[in-house]
Amino acid sequence: MRTRRPLVWLALLTLVVLAGVSAVAFQDDTFKPLKPGDPGQETLPATPLVFVAYAFVWTLLLGYVFLLWRKLGRVERELAEVNARLRTGPRTP
Amino acid sequence: MTRVVPFLLVIAALMFMRAPFMIDAAPYESTMGLVQKIFYFHVPAAITTFLSVFVCGIASAIFLVRRKRMADHVAVAAAELAVLFGLMVIVTGPLWARKAWGVWWTWGDARLVMTFVMWMVFVAYLLLRKFGGPGSEVLAAAAGIFGMVLVPFVYWSVNYWRTVHPSTDVIRTLPPEMSSVLSWCIYSFFVLYAALLLLRTQLESHRASLDEAFLALED
Repeated sequence: MRTRRPLVWLALLTLVVLAGVSAVAFQDDTFKPLKPGDPGQETLPATPLVFVAYAFVWTLLLGYVFLLWRKLGRVERELAEVNARLRTGPRTP
Repeated sequence: MTRVVPFLLVIAALMFMRAPFMIDAAPYESTMGLVQKIFYFHVPAAITTFLSVFVCGIASAIFLVRRKRMADHVAVAAAELAVLFGLMVIVTGPLWARKAWGVWWTWGDARLVMTFVMWMVFVAYLLLRKFGGPGSEVLAAAAGIFGMVLVPFVYWSVNYWRTVHPSTDVIRTLPPEMSSVLSWCIYSFFVLYAALLLLRTQLESHRASLDEAFLALED
């Protein structure tokens, strides 16, 4: 169960990013008539693209640091347990 | 090692917290406008990817020649970080390209395709380590060296081939108000990279110690 958690987090992160990217992508895929007097230069707003880019980097970094810290803690605990068992010696039947 | 990592992480966090304010204050680029500000994380992520690829390649070479376990641990850590930072480059690039070039991705651009191929080499490295079984560390080390050899081709691809991606001259010719922000972001990424590399190498060393301890317990 524990080994699946990082995969679940990774899947969630991927979904969030895909949702963000597709929201930006589909936003531009509709045909809209140009209104009279509209200069029509800013057809695709840059703000969502910049927001998704920075949010992705921050989320990826924070998620990675969190997962790495947890994995390290778990391995250190297991190592301490095994070393303690080695010090006490094998169990007698 | 354990004392240095939290210190580096705090420094990196403080630098990353200041970065958005500096990026916000940086001037807009005249033709691309706001979307060009993706540059301040895209380029440092790319430079950190190159750094990580070099670390992995050199550590892999040391492992192949001297068979030092620590070199192998560093190589694994660097390969994983190359994939992590490379993913940032591959995701932030198309977001910028959509606005600047009108497309998310173009297979006709040498820089884009070569970066993707290099990233895939390190994904292959990690898959090899995870599922390759005994002896996969030697094959993976060869893949790490191969990945490092790709770096000059990726870097100079924009200067030698016809491409829509900006050339390497862009960084050199940046005005001071833009280059200072970029430098800050590059240093932030470097500090974070150092912390993550130490932490990930430590994890790999502990895993190896754990395997040895389990074997000793079985004996």
